[in-house]
Amino acid sequence: MTPGSYGSIHASYPGRLFVVEGIDGSGKSTQLTLLAQWLRGEGYPVVFSEWNSSPIVRATTSRGKRKAMLTPLTFSLIHATDFSDRVEREIVPSLKAGAIVLADRYVYTAFARDVVRGVDARWVRALYRFAPVPTMAFYFRTPLEVALRRILSGRPKLKYYEAGMDIGLSADLQESYRLFQAKILAEYDELVSEFGLTVMDATRKVEMQQKILRRAIQPHLDSLGTSVTNRMPARESAAPAPSAPPAAAPRPASSASPATAPLGRRAAGDAS
Amino acid sequence: MRQVESYGVGIPRLDPSDLTGWLIVIEGTDGVGRTTVVNRLRTHLEKLGYAVAETGLSRSDLASRGIRRAKQGNTLGSNAFNLFYATDFADRFERQILPALRSGFVMLIDRYIYSLIARGIVRGADSEWIREVYSFSLKPDAVFYLRIEAEELVPRILQRGGFDYWESGMDIPMGEDLYESFIRYQRRVIEELDGLSRDYGFDTIDATQDIDEITDYVAERVSALLQSSTAAENSASRP
Repeated sequence: MTPGSYGSIHASYPGRLFVVEGIDGSGKSTQLTLLAQWLRGEGYPVVFSEWNSSPIVRATTSRGKRKAMLTPLTFSLIHATDFSDRVEREIVPSLKAGAIVLADRYVYTAFARDVVRGVDARWVRALYRFAPVPTMAFYFRTPLEVALRRILSGRPKLKYYEAGMDIGLSADLQESYRLFQAKILAEYDELVSEFGLTVMDATRKVEMQQKILRRAIQPHLDSLGTSVTNRMPARESAAPAPSAPPAAAPRPASSASPATAPLGRRAAGDAS
Repeated sequence: MRQVESYGVGIPRLDPSDLTGWLIVIEGTDGVGRTTVVNRLRTHLEKLGYAVAETGLSRSDLASRGIRRAKQGNTLGSNAFNLFYATDFADRFERQILPALRSGFVMLIDRYIYSLIARGIVRGADSEWIREVYSFSLKPDAVFYLRIEAEELVPRILQRGGFDYWESGMDIPMGEDLYESFIRYQRRVIEELDGLSRDYGFDTIDATQDIDEITDYVAERVSALLQSSTAAENSASRP
């Protein structure tokens, strides 16, 4: 890990941060939604954080996209601005309060996309230095053709930046999208080893993937209850704040995810 | 031929060799008189026949509206503010500054990355990190730093209509009221600018001097700089 780069700062919070990553059409959002439903059903406090969703920053991003005025550099910086706002106002406070934060796309999305756009890889890693390192990050690996079929059959109207039209891969929107996604896919494969992402085989059945996902995060939940009460400042553990819900209490393993031997980080998916 | 250099990584697909203009920066804290200097310098240079363009903080097409809106509600995280300003700067850098330099203009910049770095550090950003964020920018041909003490700013601020919320650092309140916070916040910003001045070698000017003296000095230095590089170019192109 380069000093001054993403991952060089380790802050310890009582909560848990789980991240899903992958190209469009990998099914990661579906999996995250199912995971959230399960966790909420189990009584855990769950906070969702979606890429590009800061209420203040999003308007500028949309404006930049609509008018096609974003360059690789400003595309990178405006997304980092959005992310930073969510880290400060959503992710970190929730983690401090002992919640489970589920992030649909995280810094790895920027590392993949921005570098494909020609931004310096070292610079973009330094840019995101302030980001908390997730408890686990899942990469939904999908063959390009599978993802393309899912996206191109259901949503034929591709957007300019989504298709990578700004870097001039092809004048044809669909062709540009294919080429752009292929490059992002290659970049993600590099990130898997660089950051120890947990690979999920996104070609498997939805319910099977969900089972693997739940089993992979279970060990991190078993310790959640105790760690919240242990790490809370004294005055707050005496009178629990509304943000530290009863779900923080120790709990038995749920029937949906029978306690198993803890899985290794890379053993959760079997794609590789 | 003079060397155009970036502070670090450079930006995608930028060829610095076709940047024939000049990058002149006026730095200094709020209310110190930068705008007057920029305006007079512009007139002076145009009289000499140079094409002049100018830009300043949060004047980008992309982000100026967003920043204004974010400031109204004060609902943006403070590090996100730092990055929003970086976005604004990057947009102006690529779409105002670089095109002007390519066309051989004298680009006058009312606050460059240094004020942004100083304000970021005062708001809690790591100094190494925020410098790295701006490492895509180019080293200016000259940086004039109008230096003043926070206390000496007060009469100017009062004359201008009173204390501003942001210029007093009230988003990170540093005192009981606007006046107290203004003094403490400005002291910190000036302290950081002083540090940057040492690191980056600014031409520091005592901003309590008469404004005519200040502008005469800056105009003289800039004219000399432009003439020497034009002369160097002429002799280089001679057979």
